[in-house]
Amino acid sequence: MSSQARHSANAASLPIQGIHTISLFVRDEPGVLVRVALVFSRRGYNIESMVVSPAAQSGFSRMTMTCSGDSSILEQMIKQLEKLVDVVHAIDHTHDDAYETEIALIKIKCDGSQRPEVLQIAEHFGAKVVDYGSQSVMIRVYGSSEKLDAMQALLSQFEVAEVVRSGKILMARGVETT
Amino acid sequence: MTEERVPTGGEKLVQCLEREGVEYIFGLSGGAAMPIFDALVDSPIKLILTRHEQGAVHMADGYARSTGRPGVALVTSGPGATNAVTGLLTANMDSVPIIVITGQCVTSMLGKDGFQEADVTGITYAVVKHSYMARSAEDIPRITREAFHISTTGRPGPVLLDIPKDLSQGPCHAPFEDEVNLPGYTVPGHGDPEDIEAAAALLSESKRPILLTGHGVVISGAGKAVINLAERMSAPIVTTLLGKGGVDETHPLHLGMLGMHGTAYANMAIDHADLIMSIGSRWDDRITGKLDEFCLGAKKIHVDIDKAEFNKMVVPDVCIAGDARLVTEDLFPLIETNERAEWIETVSKWRQKYPLKYSKQGGLKAQWVLDRLNAITEGQAIITTDVGQHQMWAAQFCRVRGNRNWLSSGGAGTMGYGFPAAIGAAFARPGESVWAVVGDGGFQMTLSELATAAIHKLPVKCLIINNNYLGMVRQWQELFFDNRLSGVDLEGNPDFVKLAQAYGILGLRIKRAADVDRILERAHAYNEGPCVVVAEVSKGDNVFPMIPSGSPISSMIIEKPKEKLEKPTGST
Ligand SMILES: Cc1ncc(C[n+]2csc(CCOP(=O)(O)OP(=O)(O)O)c2C)c(N)n1
Repeated sequence: MSSQARHSANAASLPIQGIHTISLFVRDEPGVLVRVALVFSRRGYNIESMVVSPAAQSGFSRMTMTCSGDSSILEQMIKQLEKLVDVVHAIDHTHDDAYETEIALIKIKCDGSQRPEVLQIAEHFGAKVVDYGSQSVMIRVYGSSEKLDAMQALLSQFEVAEVVRSGKILMARGVETT
Repeated sequence: MTEERVPTGGEKLVQCLEREGVEYIFGLSGGAAMPIFDALVDSPIKLILTRHEQGAVHMADGYARSTGRPGVALVTSGPGATNAVTGLLTANMDSVPIIVITGQCVTSMLGKDGFQEADVTGITYAVVKHSYMARSAEDIPRITREAFHISTTGRPGPVLLDIPKDLSQGPCHAPFEDEVNLPGYTVPGHGDPEDIEAAAALLSESKRPILLTGHGVVISGAGKAVINLAERMSAPIVTTLLGKGGVDETHPLHLGMLGMHGTAYANMAIDHADLIMSIGSRWDDRITGKLDEFCLGAKKIHVDIDKAEFNKMVVPDVCIAGDARLVTEDLFPLIETNERAEWIETVSKWRQKYPLKYSKQGGLKAQWVLDRLNAITEGQAIITTDVGQHQMWAAQFCRVRGNRNWLSSGGAGTMGYGFPAAIGAAFARPGESVWAVVGDGGFQMTLSELATAAIHKLPVKCLIINNNYLGMVRQWQELFFDNRLSGVDLEGNPDFVKLAQAYGILGLRIKRAADVDRILERAHAYNEGPCVVVAEVSKGDNVFPMIPSGSPISSMIIEKPKEKLEKPTGST
């Protein structure tokens, strides 16, 4: 028997690491977060960010999560998420045309001499200085996660005291469901 | 008009259970569960006091597997609940509808390490289909209704209800609930017609088809539909451990169990098939062996009510999400009669050439005892097993004829399951013959339930296959670890006949092959109460055929190998 066609492969293929954005629409019930998190950890996924917020309908929540793990089991993991009683739907948006955004707060320790350049970088990224002290500034920036990464990289030449990022949120464009 | 007294949460819970048709609750009390036990005093539901919470949950499981109706266990908080966890895992792995109710400490003490507090929902997330902790007594009717709905529909499973004591003791005003509102929970029924047509096309093209039946066939009652389909297309049938009994195993097309300790001809048939249709089986690793090499040349159809099983192990050509019976019935009219004489001929040659066999030399053989048990009960008894060699021998030699007549812990492989499960089945199906086939090791994990069986004069028969070893582990040590025995000798076993007698139970002993029929028949005819039969079998026998875990089916060993075997690479 020599068939090597697609159908003959079983599911034990080698892991392919990837980063995925998944959005979940869940019932706002106690424990739902743990149940969701357990599916990820059981399948060896690392949750990089997770945003939980109330949905438009009362009694439901939204979860947007970025996670990294074996792409070859992603589809199966999504089905395991959907199987949870409290999960209404789970959608992988990794390759979708969705509007994505994230917000970051960045605190830089800097004296007067460094400040102009910090402010210049902030301006370039459309960021806003939200706290202005004698030894530090706090900058708020939002946009795609890649933009935030780029800005953070540029600022790393200064003494970055703290960074708090919200984690990515997204919404499918047009009439598609998120 | 007198005003009705407001029931307590515990009373309301018990009333909800009555409305769900619960006949029995298996349980063991304690502080946090006392208001619920109190409510049972006035209820028609019969409380069966067990001697350990694990026993209670396995009894509920045995009740559920043998009937399809949900089994209910009730235990207290903390250690009562943790003792129930093994039972939850067992039921969860095997898709068994049980409801486990745990008392919880009062809400004001939650999270403060109050006496006998355990975060039971936290501990059990991974071993339940769903779980609830009541936040208010008014939740009780709703969550109870939802629990039963979730537990018994779709792919069944255990649901946990954790009820803090102040809620079961305080008033509950909420009305009963009939409807459920679970927007995230859907139950598949008929499969998608396109998928069914695609499957029918593959089945028609196939020259060497085989039907692999799993627990889904039992749960959905698809046996008749599977036989109709198999007969029309001349396809042999093989079963998983849990699928046993779903299709009458004495049917001429039935090849018995496949997999690690399946029959040689079942394994050969699947290995040579050009199309495998799995009906309600999840391609467990005991079936596939080395996944990378599992039946690569065969097309595969997977019928499952749980979509999350698709593409998990094998990647089938067609997946049909739906109820095993409905899908099989819907497929039937699309299939043409086909004799496939060559294939049937080949398979029956394997059946003749490689029958189950064992040496009759050297003491009493477990295989012989089980072979005779099958003959004496005419394949009609309800048989439960524990876990180990005796389980595999029972699976090989007991050819189960009736649906829900075979109860065995498959996914979890829980030692200690067999005897309490038989008690649950005996309560569920009075008047029927129930045999627990157990090993001397596993039996000792839950033997305290002898008292439960004795008190209720339940006619369960407990057949202990006593080899004075943790036999299955000893077999692995012999075959794969140079016979370096480590922690498998059960020296210190009690005299099980005397042990039975100490509980006021009839104890019988089989020492020689010549005793077997006489004693099994005596036990079979004895219905005044429980009965323990101890078969003192030879110590060193091994279960064959065997596919070492993690190996392909082709590496099946049919009899004891001369050379030493490689250590298996599969998990266990
Ligand atoms: C609770 C539990 N502990 C350990 C095991 C591992 N195990 C599998 S089979 C087996 C031996 C069982 O011995 P026994 O009950 O005497 O049955 P036998 O194999 O001798 O028929 C063991 C220890 C298990 N399955 N379950």
